[in-house]
Amino acid sequence: MNAFFATVRRDLLLALRRKSEVLTAVFFFVIVTSLFPLGIGPEPVLLKKIAPGILWVAALLATLLGLPRLFAADHVDGTLEQMALSPSSLGLLVAGKILAHWLLCGLPLVLLAPVLGLQFDLDASALGVLTLALLLGTPLLSLIGAIGAALTLGVRGGGVLLALLVLPLYIPALIFGAGAVEAHIAGLGAGGHLSLLAAMLALAVFFAPWATTAALRIALE
Amino acid sequence: MRQSIIQWFRFGSPQAFYPLAGRLIPWFWAATAAFGLAGLWISFFVAPTDAQQGEGYRIIFVHVPASWMSMFIYLVMAFWAGLGLALNTRLSGMMAQSLAPTGALMAALSLWTGALWGKPMWGAWWVWDARLTSELILFFLYLGFMALQAAIDDPRRADKAGAILALVGVVNIPIIYFSVKWWNTLHQGSTINLTKAPSMAHTMLWGMLLMALCFWMYSIAVALTRVRAIILERERHTDWVKHAVA
Repeated sequence: MNAFFATVRRDLLLALRRKSEVLTAVFFFVIVTSLFPLGIGPEPVLLKKIAPGILWVAALLATLLGLPRLFAADHVDGTLEQMALSPSSLGLLVAGKILAHWLLCGLPLVLLAPVLGLQFDLDASALGVLTLALLLGTPLLSLIGAIGAALTLGVRGGGVLLALLVLPLYIPALIFGAGAVEAHIAGLGAGGHLSLLAAMLALAVFFAPWATTAALRIALE
Repeated sequence: MRQSIIQWFRFGSPQAFYPLAGRLIPWFWAATAAFGLAGLWISFFVAPTDAQQGEGYRIIFVHVPASWMSMFIYLVMAFWAGLGLALNTRLSGMMAQSLAPTGALMAALSLWTGALWGKPMWGAWWVWDARLTSELILFFLYLGFMALQAAIDDPRRADKAGAILALVGVVNIPIIYFSVKWWNTLHQGSTINLTKAPSMAHTMLWGMLLMALCFWMYSIAVALTRVRAIILERERHTDWVKHAVA
């Protein structure tokens, strides 16, 4: 477990020394959500109705933006090979990298979402559900995305390809994440959606680092 | 018994499989033609006109088999991909690669014929029904698989990376399907319900089954033809390919 926390700490340190990269994804999230009212029109009723979907799609795209960085730099300078050769299991190190990625790319979105939700006139309890759904959903996005990032490592046109591979797999998270908020607003209760999100997260926590490790070993061959 | 097992494993080598596939392809084409002719005859001349939908319903004889095959081919593709990953056999990856374009074609055909059917029946080319949406996502999964394989130059790495993607996809397909289904029922946007199909005349069912067999045989024939081309391309440095082509 020491290796796990050391990896998390290392990735966080590296990212904090180049803050602009992390902030880019956050600003992207803010800008994209602000574009929708400008495109659709300032009608509050309509905006309130589509707010959960907009925030979720924007969060999804912002997560996608940070994914190529997950392994690319370590692959270029050879760190990844050293990790694969190290005595501690690669799966654990990969899990550490994914956690660090979520802390840098996912958590800021979770914290920002309530503020952006206010722009769309969501009430306090809906904002709570939105935050909770994102708290469960964004780690899921990081975990699934890591598989795609590992598969497209060092591949021609990796960034666009990554979007093509990962976005279809993000659809369940989008449906239940945005659905939780909509169900809450409709008075149906968000419990079912949140439970399903949590179930998918549990599955992904178990399987995704494993699949990512397999994909990384193929890339390193 | 032991002898026969060895015989089967022999065809795991591309060199042994190449001539076998060549011998099998005409048979599958013949089966495609036979099932296709019978199926088309039943679907155009024998099956009665539908009381509600008129003649337009006959598109299901293409639409339903194409949808079935698009789902089935993904499973077969994932099976070959998993086998290749587990046993490290070269032929498995080639089979997965050769199935993907046919699967994508079937998904596209299913979406296209669905749109042609939907316009006169529902008055819309497209509705966000659960089945339509999950078929579209399946199409995207095929495209992702093909794009990933095309982007990696080393064929062995392409096979393995594609295999992981296919396996991740096959785990996700039920999750995607049910999420889309529940999403659809929550919104209750369209009142169209595909699952409550009226009980079908026997001749219609026969036409559909024969067409499904036709599509199945066609998929095998095309996949085998494609895998032969892939074998030649990847094994071009070997002596037996030089002999086979010369």
